[in-house]
Amino acid sequence: MPPRIVQVRQGLLKKNDAIAAALRADFAAAGTFVVNLVSGPGTGKTLLLERTLSALRDRGRRPAALVGDLATDNDAVRLARSGAPVRQINTHGLCHLEADMVGRHLQGWNLAEHNYLFVENVGNLVCTASYDLGESLRVVLLSVTEGEDKPLKYPTLFNTADAAIITKCDLATACEFDSAEAERNLRAVRPGLPIVSLSAKTGDGMDEWLAFLESRRGSEG
Amino acid sequence: MHELSLAVQLVQIADEAARAADAKRVTAVVVKIGALSGVAEDALRFAFDVAVADTLLAQARLEIHPVSVKVVCPRCGIVELPSLQRFCCPQCDTSTADVRTGREIELESIEVE
Repeated sequence: MPPRIVQVRQGLLKKNDAIAAALRADFAAAGTFVVNLVSGPGTGKTLLLERTLSALRDRGRRPAALVGDLATDNDAVRLARSGAPVRQINTHGLCHLEADMVGRHLQGWNLAEHNYLFVENVGNLVCTASYDLGESLRVVLLSVTEGEDKPLKYPTLFNTADAAIITKCDLATACEFDSAEAERNLRAVRPGLPIVSLSAKTGDGMDEWLAFLESRRGSEG
Repeated sequence: MHELSLAVQLVQIADEAARAADAKRVTAVVVKIGALSGVAEDALRFAFDVAVADTLLAQARLEIHPVSVKVVCPRCGIVELPSLQRFCCPQCDTSTADVRTGREIELESIEVE
């Protein structure tokens, strides 16, 4: 048979995208607002999440969390101290979470009992950008210890974010962190990006972050 | 390094399309990769060579067509972005987050026998 061309025109992520779309419909039906936290390793995702879960519970909300790591359940153990239901997703070396991992780890949970679900992604500034997990909000973290130009070095991830948090602000002076420059760089790769600066350790800025979350959840209806 | 996951998906989709077309083997695959997709071409080529082993694609050539980032400028319409470090219209400097192309990770076509 002579060579011939067959048009295919399919996204390589179509399977993930279909699962993410189904999850998004389930989350909407259950009234669960889902936040996907992405960043490089060591930006303080777990501490922020620990404090966020506790603060939301204090306000009478019912949050739950899934936490992704290549190995260990250390983060799930830490987060469980907040009293919120938490499950660890071990990716066994895979550098990002995919929608079907999220779906599988939700089995047995009644989503309607949770008005927030946080998904702490694997610490990775590249691969996590491509995978839709069915979230309502993708939040990227940038810590003051990383340097102001991280957004310029990893434009793909920062461009796909719906909001950014500048973390570890209690260390900003010691790191000679220029927050105006960081905000300029964040908005250069993602114009209009909402930015919250905070320190989960001291609690500075946490109220603004929680108010932001509550307003986004409210506007989702 | 999520390119191996992508290469496995690529081989699976191409294999299904080739079988549906009653092909004996795939001689080439054409893939569109956007500049804002987060996919590294070298890593994808490396992963592709690993993923095609023992499939209809074993001898297939991988053709990668890069796709530039195009955004909508509220004043000038659809324009090509010269730099990923600055999401501003190259003509009038208005900033924009409305991305129309550049995120593609797609299997465009296959050449089969």
